[in-house]
Amino acid sequence: MTLLSVENLQTHFFTREGVAKAVDGVSFTLARGEILGLVGESGSGKSVTGFSILGLVDEPGRVAGGRVVFDGTDLVGMGEGPLRALRGKRIAMIFQDPMMTLNPVLRIDTQMVEAVRAHDTVSHAEALERARLALEKVGIPSPETRLKNYPHEFSGGMRQRVAIAIALLHEPDVIIADEPTTALDVTIQAQILAEVQRLCEETGVAMIWITHDLAVVSGLADRLAVMYAGRIVETGPTAEVLGAPRHPYTRGLIESVPQGKLHGARLRQIDGMTPSLLNLPAGCAFHPRCPRADAACRVMPDLATAGPRAVRCHHPLTDEETTP
Amino acid sequence: MLVYLIRRLGQSLLVVVVMATLVFLGVYAIGNPVDILVAPDAGAAEIARVTERLGLDKPMWQQFLTFAGNALQGDLGDSFVYGRPALEIILERMPATLELTFVALVLSTGLGVSLGLVAGLWPESVAGRTIMAGSILGFSLPSFWQGMLLIMVFSVMLGWLPAGGRGDTVEIFGGLRVSFLTWDGLVHMILPAINLTIFKMSLVIRLARATTREVVPQDYVKFARAKGVSRLRITFVHVLKNMMIPVVTIVGLELGSMIAFAVVTETVFSWPGMGKLLIDSINLLDRPLIVAYLMMTVLIIVTINLVVDVIYTLLDPRVRLAGTSA
Repeated sequence: MTLLSVENLQTHFFTREGVAKAVDGVSFTLARGEILGLVGESGSGKSVTGFSILGLVDEPGRVAGGRVVFDGTDLVGMGEGPLRALRGKRIAMIFQDPMMTLNPVLRIDTQMVEAVRAHDTVSHAEALERARLALEKVGIPSPETRLKNYPHEFSGGMRQRVAIAIALLHEPDVIIADEPTTALDVTIQAQILAEVQRLCEETGVAMIWITHDLAVVSGLADRLAVMYAGRIVETGPTAEVLGAPRHPYTRGLIESVPQGKLHGARLRQIDGMTPSLLNLPAGCAFHPRCPRADAACRVMPDLATAGPRAVRCHHPLTDEETTP
Repeated sequence: MLVYLIRRLGQSLLVVVVMATLVFLGVYAIGNPVDILVAPDAGAAEIARVTERLGLDKPMWQQFLTFAGNALQGDLGDSFVYGRPALEIILERMPATLELTFVALVLSTGLGVSLGLVAGLWPESVAGRTIMAGSILGFSLPSFWQGMLLIMVFSVMLGWLPAGGRGDTVEIFGGLRVSFLTWDGLVHMILPAINLTIFKMSLVIRLARATTREVVPQDYVKFARAKGVSRLRITFVHVLKNMMIPVVTIVGLELGSMIAFAVVTETVFSWPGMGKLLIDSINLLDRPLIVAYLMMTVLIIVTINLVVDVIYTLLDPRVRLAGTSA
């Protein structure tokens, strides 16, 4: 059943140079316990989508339209009070850079206890105990003593574990993870991924995993949504999207990932650069970079749905073209 | 911590010794005090007698050694003018300056941080803009002129507050004369304290605002919001504590100069503090007093810097004093 549904979300940044439509009509749903991978390059609007759900978009940006229906209520236009009651309690977030997400001058226990007590009226001792259990759950050794430490006394991977522990404190329904492994070493990445996978299975939490790294989501996500220039260009079950991409951009992304067996072979790359949001090409925003583009692409294609999959392209790839 | 403090005290001692030498040489160079001390019609015999009595006939190195030897025993010499130990005179004047600067410190930090926080959180608001405009005024107008304006408005035109002097004082701890415990003294203190506050407050406002604007967009503030923490707590715990780090540095540095050189304010309001004493001593070329005063200043500033370093470690856990293992 659908837990969260984002419908035609519009998040715009009103800058001096003009209106940047960072998120322009994004729709997707998330079922209870499902992991959705939101994939795209930097500037594709994937992080802004995540922040928009919780109303955490900073000035000069704001949600200009659409709905975010969570468990039956629309979060767009909801007051700061009720939204605050939801943040961290039912929808939690994990940020990209663990070096920056914990306040450097506050001890871990302070930061965890305040998170507990922001929503539940419990004693300090009880909140501390819950913090300790949460740290234990994410695999931090000797949590009792670690609680007394400051963030700078932790490594990057450990800090991200602390952030995950904070996100888990209230056993939320949804966790929005904004590139949580990007800033980490590959080995630490793998550890955190395994940890998250285990925790998702144990707690049944649904997750939106925002990333530019297809390798990361391939083993983790149930479904993928690929974003380009503020729009979703392709969605579908992870294996199908990765195995047989329909959108040329998706294929470009997949081919940009280095393959271990092709030693010495040149990597395929997508030509050109991500367009500026202030000056998007007319029609399909990808057409200037697309090898299949023609005159038809100057008109914005609709998201064409076929079974569990959808693609926004006038000339989608066929199965024969994608299977080598 | 202890190792650090000991090493730090050693450094401070070195600073004091170097300063003593420089100050002594500097004061030696600025003229012959005998010319000012004796009557204009005094004969050569009279001048020679005074010169000998003050020990000014001896060569410079000998004078310096005498000074250094006495200084080691805590004797910074007798004032030429008052004929009493210079240190004693300074210490008599010190409470007046200290209480004035303390009030100014509390006011400028308290008001400066709160106003700077408001201006930093809502930079585009009317309040924010007004505060910033006011702070520009605050440190652009010369201190002596501000002081005279305050006297003109509040003493001359409105007649609310006294224009100068210290008012009634009471003795506490057996000998310390303070004014803030009497109503009259307190009333006398208002204008000079405001005068001393305005400039420093403006400085703190600008610093606090700039730092607040740097801290607010940080990820950890957003993460705190994503945790559902209230705005009040985010402002007063997450933002304020980070914002105070540079503010403490600057306030600490400024405090030393505020105590040592409250000269302008003390002169404008005839406040009988150390700053006024210094100006008078320079005018009279009272060498021992000038030297003793500057030595006191060095001691005060060195001490304050030490205290600031310790406060630092309380505010910012990433700072560990060198010498402490962590």
